[in-house]
Amino acid sequence: MIKLPEPVDQIVVNLLKAANTKLPQDVGWALEAAAGWENDPMARTQLGAIMDNVKKAESLGRPMCQDTGIPIFYVKGRFDSSIGAEIRKGLKKATEIIPLRPNTVDPLTRRNPGDNLGKGMPVIHYIPTDDVFTEISVLVKGAGSENMTRLAMLNPSDGIEGVKRFVADSVLDAGGRPCPPGIVGVGIGGTADECVSMAKEALMSPLDSDNGDPVLKELEEDLFVRLNSSGLGPMGLGGSTTVLGVKIRSAYCHTASLPVAVNIGCWATRRAVARITDNNVEYGQGAEL
Amino acid sequence: MIELRTPFGEDAVRKLKLGDTVYLTGDIITGRDGMHERAIENVRQNRPVPEGIEESVLYHCGPIVARDGNGWRVVAAGPTTSARMNSSEPEMIRKFRIRAIIGKGGMSAEVGEAMSETGCVYLAAVGGAAVSLAESIIGVRGPEWSDLGMAEAMWRFEVEAMGPLIVAMDSEGNSLYENVMSGLIRDI
Repeated sequence: MIKLPEPVDQIVVNLLKAANTKLPQDVGWALEAAAGWENDPMARTQLGAIMDNVKKAESLGRPMCQDTGIPIFYVKGRFDSSIGAEIRKGLKKATEIIPLRPNTVDPLTRRNPGDNLGKGMPVIHYIPTDDVFTEISVLVKGAGSENMTRLAMLNPSDGIEGVKRFVADSVLDAGGRPCPPGIVGVGIGGTADECVSMAKEALMSPLDSDNGDPVLKELEEDLFVRLNSSGLGPMGLGGSTTVLGVKIRSAYCHTASLPVAVNIGCWATRRAVARITDNNVEYGQGAEL
Repeated sequence: MIELRTPFGEDAVRKLKLGDTVYLTGDIITGRDGMHERAIENVRQNRPVPEGIEESVLYHCGPIVARDGNGWRVVAAGPTTSARMNSSEPEMIRKFRIRAIIGKGGMSAEVGEAMSETGCVYLAAVGGAAVSLAESIIGVRGPEWSDLGMAEAMWRFEVEAMGPLIVAMDSEGNSLYENVMSGLIRDI
């Protein structure tokens, strides 16, 4: 059935509603699989309560977590400069009707405008391509996980072992604060700013998508096994489920640099995507940016 | 499984052991960074604070609350990261004899010390389980200090069988988080 495209602000409301109330299928599957393997009784209680909450949020149409976060938008394909204003309009509307918690404040005065807007908010990344569609993706990022973000400008001689050490320490030092088990987004290379952006973009990829780079894929798998052998467990209370996945993106960097960034997604890694063509809007919950 | 009813005093707190699973019924209050700062500041300046903080159960939570007629309805209310309140919590516990803190991620050894001194426990709620936890809230009053905003204001909740909550820091200075962190396998 062909559905005529809705206005962009309404599409943004739909995206935020979907992201906040319905856990992406790949994340839900990973949680279920983890609950199947987990032996620690306390960890099983935590995972059971998480899955119970996910079901309730979806059936009641309520945000699964009270921290409805800061939404990060990615606009890809063809678009014009008016789309930013439409996204802001949609976010303001969504804050009232879903409702979302008004989270944005002035960084120093802490004044809260109450509508999730304000200078620089929300963050929108633009990726123009020659495609015939416009793809709007949103990642909903709570502060518990975002506050655990780390960037290291390693020495090139630290190599792949140094990268592993830094990623593992970042996740383990965070303990229960970022609401494990979640997804570990990693950026390797680029410049400092680009490296952190890649770590965050990695969280948009579905867990069952394959990293095209065999070296990165092996690194993802290695870190996944090692982190889940650490004993940190759900909510940092112990167990064998510390991460649901590790996702890595990389870029070339300066010959004197080895930047590494870690951006963790909590168990409620919330994402939604709308692909808009002339006569259709297709919704999904993950994207390769 | 332990059913706990508020208000409770030091004796009840001292009986709780690390790893116990608790379901809580009764009145609790919410507070995060802003509420902690305001409460402590007021006490230092000899200004009054809202009633109900003394010997309370303090929930580290910034809920989503919607207007419902003349009252309020809690849409989602999971725990926030407790470590942000590490610096103000020892004073809160000592000044107000807080009996239990509900949060996620655990708190510092200094907070643990204040807890064992006055008789207080840390109850770990499941982070992000905001709908399930909101469902256990059967009444909501407030907010106090509404100028702090929806998330930071102090709300009063009446809860019924709120849980599962795990005793993750007991009143003898033991911490499940510390046990897990010190036993982590970090081999790479």
